[in-house]
Amino acid sequence: MVDILILMFSAILIENYIFSKFLGICPFLGVSDKPSTAVGMGFAVTFVMTISSAVTYGVYYLVLEPLGVEYLQTIAFILIIAALVQFIEMFLRKYIPALYSALGIYLPLITTNCAVLGAAMLNIQEGHNFIESVVYGFSSAIGFTLALVIFAGVRERMALSKPPKAFRGVPIALVAAGLIAMAFSGFLGISFN
Amino acid sequence: MNGKKILSQFKEGLLTNNPVFVQLLGMCSALAITTTVINALGMGLSVTAVLICSNVIISLLRKIIPKQIRIASYIVIISGFVTVVEMLLKAFAPAISKSLGLFIPLIVVNCIILARAEAYASRHSVLPSAIDGLAMGVGYTVAVVVLAFVRELFGSGTILGITVLGDWYKPVGMLINPAGAFITLGCIIAAVQKFLMKKQDRDFKKEGNEGKVNG
Repeated sequence: MVDILILMFSAILIENYIFSKFLGICPFLGVSDKPSTAVGMGFAVTFVMTISSAVTYGVYYLVLEPLGVEYLQTIAFILIIAALVQFIEMFLRKYIPALYSALGIYLPLITTNCAVLGAAMLNIQEGHNFIESVVYGFSSAIGFTLALVIFAGVRERMALSKPPKAFRGVPIALVAAGLIAMAFSGFLGISFN
Repeated sequence: MNGKKILSQFKEGLLTNNPVFVQLLGMCSALAITTTVINALGMGLSVTAVLICSNVIISLLRKIIPKQIRIASYIVIISGFVTVVEMLLKAFAPAISKSLGLFIPLIVVNCIILARAEAYASRHSVLPSAIDGLAMGVGYTVAVVVLAFVRELFGSGTILGITVLGDWYKPVGMLINPAGAFITLGCIIAAVQKFLMKKQDRDFKKEGNEGKVNG
């Protein structure tokens, strides 16, 4: 139990996907204009990442490993994620339309979000068991959401300020992200061993 | 296909439409692997190889792949080449493969490759697509090497592992950290934006003057 909590804590704060692992930077810069869209994207990613962590774990240990074709991991995982996203989209549209209208526009973008594929592959690389994989997928996504929401708040303020002309848009956003990353690197000092 | 067109394709890839600095694609890998120049070179060459191969194959199949499932087909083609590159690196350059780690398989979801497939290779014949792949790949490589050069030189005082700045230099450790990656990339993009804005102004003025002469 303690191990699981440590895994969660480190996935959310210490090894934050945006600020220390650099996974999912594209949606981070793309949809962090407003806190509301950031929350929507965050939930969609959390949803998909938790399920995809479980499914890719099953496919790797039940199909790829027994057949001895571990090198097909990349192709298999990206196809699973693409199919899963499509499936979740259809399922939500049919059965939970309210959730679909909230997450709908973000779902197709998730296929090419490297955080989802990254989590699936890190689970295999780190040798997580099934429970750990699901918890890791879920908590990394929570860390991603946290980063997205914090940054959206910063960006809202930034829209009112006047940086030099050349820095307008993405450059100033990157510099701000760097400052937040500096704050997050403070968590690196925390160790459980 | 003449020399002038090839030259303009390279100019686009390197500067005016640089995948990292202008199109802002493939930022994850650009930020993550630029702690040393050698890593950046390895990543740049891997991306270039995948980009050329996938552009050629997608351009060859552009009339066969049905429109509705084109993205899925592109992803399968790209991930095939990524797996090839991954296995080659593991066999022949294990050190680079180890330090790039996760980011080699993640080339699959690197938006540069999918973007070029969709925007260029699916509409042009094989040779221009191959050249586009090379030009964009070189543009990406140059971008990550520039970023890594700044970070490695000032962050640890070395280039390609050789100490360049002597004992008197105290390395700025922050540049090697994630925070340094964000800030350095932000500053470089700002510099490129400044340059492009100046160029636009100049072109605009030139056109304006010519207009006056003609009028």
